[in-house]
Amino acid sequence: MKELLSGNEAIARGAFESGVTVAAAYPGTPSTEILENFARYPGVYAEWAPNEKVAMEVGIGSSLAGARTLVAMKHVGVNVAADPLLTFAYTGVNGGFVLVSADDPGMHSSQNEQDNRHYAKFAKIPLLEPCDSQEARDMVGLALEISEQFDTPVMLRTTTRVAHSQSFVETGNPRPGTTRGYVKNAPKYLMVPAFAKMRRAALEVRMAGLREYSETSRLNFIEWRDRAVGVITSGISYQYVREALPDASVLKLGLTNPLPEGLIRQFAAGVNRLIVVEELEPFIEDQVKAMGLAVSGKELIPNSGELDAGMISEKFVEAGIKPALPDSMVKPDLQDAPGVPGRPPVLCPGCPHRGMFYVLKRLKLNVTGDIGCYTLSGLPPLEAMDCCVCMGASIGAAHGMGKADPALAGRTVAVIGDSTFLHSGITGLLNMVYNKGAGTVIILDNRTTAMTGHQQHPGTGLSLMGEVAPAVDLETLVRALGVKRVRVVDPLDLAETKKAVQEETEAGEPSVIIARRPCVLLSKAVEPAVEALPDKCIGCKACIRLGCPAILMKEKTARVHPLACTGCGLCPQVCPEAALVKGGKTGA
Amino acid sequence: MLKPVDILMVGVGGQGTILASRILAVAAQEAGYDIKVSEIHGMAQRGGSVVTQVRLGEKVYAPLIPAGGADVLLAFEKLEGLRLLASLKPGGTIIINEQEIPPVPVLTGAAEYPQNILEYIRSKAPGMMSVDAHSIAKECGNAKAANVVLLGVIARSLPIGREIWEKALSRRVPSKLLEVNKAAFAAGYDYKQ
Repeated sequence: MKELLSGNEAIARGAFESGVTVAAAYPGTPSTEILENFARYPGVYAEWAPNEKVAMEVGIGSSLAGARTLVAMKHVGVNVAADPLLTFAYTGVNGGFVLVSADDPGMHSSQNEQDNRHYAKFAKIPLLEPCDSQEARDMVGLALEISEQFDTPVMLRTTTRVAHSQSFVETGNPRPGTTRGYVKNAPKYLMVPAFAKMRRAALEVRMAGLREYSETSRLNFIEWRDRAVGVITSGISYQYVREALPDASVLKLGLTNPLPEGLIRQFAAGVNRLIVVEELEPFIEDQVKAMGLAVSGKELIPNSGELDAGMISEKFVEAGIKPALPDSMVKPDLQDAPGVPGRPPVLCPGCPHRGMFYVLKRLKLNVTGDIGCYTLSGLPPLEAMDCCVCMGASIGAAHGMGKADPALAGRTVAVIGDSTFLHSGITGLLNMVYNKGAGTVIILDNRTTAMTGHQQHPGTGLSLMGEVAPAVDLETLVRALGVKRVRVVDPLDLAETKKAVQEETEAGEPSVIIARRPCVLLSKAVEPAVEALPDKCIGCKACIRLGCPAILMKEKTARVHPLACTGCGLCPQVCPEAALVKGGKTGA
Repeated sequence: MLKPVDILMVGVGGQGTILASRILAVAAQEAGYDIKVSEIHGMAQRGGSVVTQVRLGEKVYAPLIPAGGADVLLAFEKLEGLRLLASLKPGGTIIINEQEIPPVPVLTGAAEYPQNILEYIRSKAPGMMSVDAHSIAKECGNAKAANVVLLGVIARSLPIGREIWEKALSRRVPSKLLEVNKAAFAAGYDYKQ
């Protein structure tokens, strides 16, 4: 049957059809929907792990036990999971194991655009790159076959435009999920130096076998067309090349680690000019150069950002590879267009955690930030975040700032979401207590993993499979780490929130403030919208500084959009003239 | 041979561009097209500009429409229509919803929401149609069906029969909202500037 599926839906389908029975992940754009979709199939087990390292380790155990296993994460998640991954390459698998790495060229929803193909080479594991949803579905099955045949974890690397584009997929019937059964084998699975040395040697034998396999695999193939130009490409770039240079010969690589050197040489010999078109880094190009072949790539095609067919066309015209098309149609001149203001993403109207950032900005504190919706508080007008690096970094960074300059200790807070705290904030806080820091950690507890689309986590009381689960008690958890000063505030109560932040930052010892309010998008409570009274408004813009998209200035007075406003009640608390009225009452 | 069509749907997170693209995809599939639909999820959705790209053809390779190559530009919000105007092919179809959603730089007074957007766009793309989809949807029974009104307006310029559209609606819209959405679609389809 032919179905229109996103790459992520197709991967889930492929896993189900190939007999995967265990899957684990931590949500991260653009990978999240893989597990969400997989979990809906009958007879499978899927879980949200608190972070990618745990997901990988769960996957290792599952594979060792003999089940076909899938683990999925966004590109930066592989950094977190890299430790188990690189040694899992030594032990090899029992049940087939596929790691999906969803990269984000163009950084639509990420803090960097690292090219994770390097991880496959680094870990010495096979790498598959699908170019559409059909290949995404097919390659999961192939990855599992390669995994079991060569006794290795396999990486399936997608990019945003594969993961989040929908195209037709011919689906098939599921094979039953069977387990190979667990067999103890310490020399293979117990990576102490004596055994690891043996496995290190086995790794090279495996790579040699894979190099041979790569030469004849149906994942790598030549499409002979005009031989003046030959393009080597992989993943989504294949689609752009087919559109930009429909007549060129193409070597399409689906298995890009290890590369098929013989096939590449054969292709190079058959074309006059050899070009590699790949998104991000010159991963293929550098290796083709190392083969001593004359090839161009990144001198034409940028190594940052996304590619598209139009851009590749232009670059080929500039390089004289493609004739310029006669400009038959005159483009209208848009030089005189009115200035178009940007539309950056913002905290939602009614986001309760806006209140905390308003307070932090007012108190002029240094704020080390973390990964989640709340990172948006760093943008105007709130501008209440100083730095953001990776999941969990806020706490270590706040501690380090205090150690570098004790004067900063009472002026710095770490801000981290509940899901992010459970992902990798716990160890940072433990460190702050152990090493006698004096920072304040603010956990914005919105009871979900919001940015990626509201996934469950160990604090929500529900599992990915929809079952009731134990919910961690954050207060008890942080006390157990040794934090003595722990308090819970309602971030919609600005006075209480401000008092808590002032007292805790002045305390001179580690403290935790849990700002607790569910994500407004999940909240079922319906509050009447705030009413603006233009007659009373003096145009001071105090409310505008909240950065709420439901409030705007019109004719120098504040107005509230009645459909956008959720009635959270923050703006009446900051209005000095009682010109914003909530449910018939003014003020805090 | 099926005529290839590239459609850009632009708007602001939460305006229902995704549902509209899903209905379009079903209709295009019924009509025998190859399709690719590309969306952006995650951080960009939080009140930011959203762009959905839909490509129809006998065989579609890239999921992204080359810059300046859209046959149809459907803007769910005026400013977003202006922002993406350069992506429209000369002579392409352009439909603008009259709704204004001021972005944060406008709310804070750091920037002005441009005046006369419709006049400007019409001066560059004389065939432009503007639609007050919100009011039309309200008349049909639910202001939230504005996205389906707009879909109705572009449907007329696409090589897909009306009965196919109605089938697609029934497949994608929950049954209790179907009547309102059918009315919204029809109002869009029969809309005259």
